[in-house]
Amino acid sequence: MRPNRTGGTCLHRQASSAQFALDIARARQILHHMVNYRQDQLDRTFAALVDPTRRAILARLEREESASVSDLAKPFAIKLPAVMKHLDVLDEARLIVRSKQGRTVTVRLRPEPMKQAMDWLSRYERFWSKSLDRLATYAERKEAEARRRER
Amino acid sequence: MTSLTLVRRIKARPSIVFEALTTAEGITSWWGPDAGPVLLAEVDVRVGGRYRVRFRMLDGREHESAGEYLEVVPNERLIVTSQWTVGGEPEEAGNVSRLEFHLEPIDIGTKLTLTHAQLRTEASRVSHERGWTGALDKLTHRFSLASAGDHDQRG
Repeated sequence: MRPNRTGGTCLHRQASSAQFALDIARARQILHHMVNYRQDQLDRTFAALVDPTRRAILARLEREESASVSDLAKPFAIKLPAVMKHLDVLDEARLIVRSKQGRTVTVRLRPEPMKQAMDWLSRYERFWSKSLDRLATYAERKEAEARRRER
Repeated sequence: MTSLTLVRRIKARPSIVFEALTTAEGITSWWGPDAGPVLLAEVDVRVGGRYRVRFRMLDGREHESAGEYLEVVPNERLIVTSQWTVGGEPEEAGNVSRLEFHLEPIDIGTKLTLTHAQLRTEASRVSHERGWTGALDKLTHRFSLASAGDHDQRG
């Protein structure tokens, strides 16, 4: 940030436009980082979701909002430490948040990364649905034309 | 990794569908997410050849998808890379996507399967190859079908 030494409203025009350019460059850089960060997050989200046990844990948290670690472990034929490992992966992917009260660890869903993944999907699903619908219409018209010619 | 699969059953023979996918005229008639126009379609349909499609959306923004042909098997399949830009700026942090179009003859004409996969790192490719589709289905259903006993063997 540029210190505003004059404190007045009369900024030097040249300095101000240079500052403006600098701000744009900074904003661009920050945006770039944000995009990269979002991309990494998307990778982590999808990687975390590859495992069926982790998907089941998330499904349950979506239904129940929060659960203790021992409750979460109950339906699975795996030991508590294995469940803890899955929770670590979900935590690192920022898909869940854990909080400790006394001896109980409560697990909650963190909705943002899931939303990002859904956004990616819905964006390209919309793009390709519309495109493929039109492609089908176009090809079917071409097919009708070809049949008329062949007759 | 992040991927999406769509299927269409089209009342046209595979050769006509393949033409729609690979000619500038074809691409111009369908490419894009809304009724905005395709401004440019360039194709060089051979392995290693490149394509470029620019379109304007109804909101006025111009997007471009450009990439390289990786596999070209007439009337059967087309695999290309794809990089997306909006207003000349890279989208998705400049990541490369992979688009696969598979054509299969069926009684009414052609079954067209498209997979759009976002490629980024080796790790993401591996997780994609490990069979994303099952997990993806569940994700799109917001996990409604996932349960403890629902183990996807492909995972």
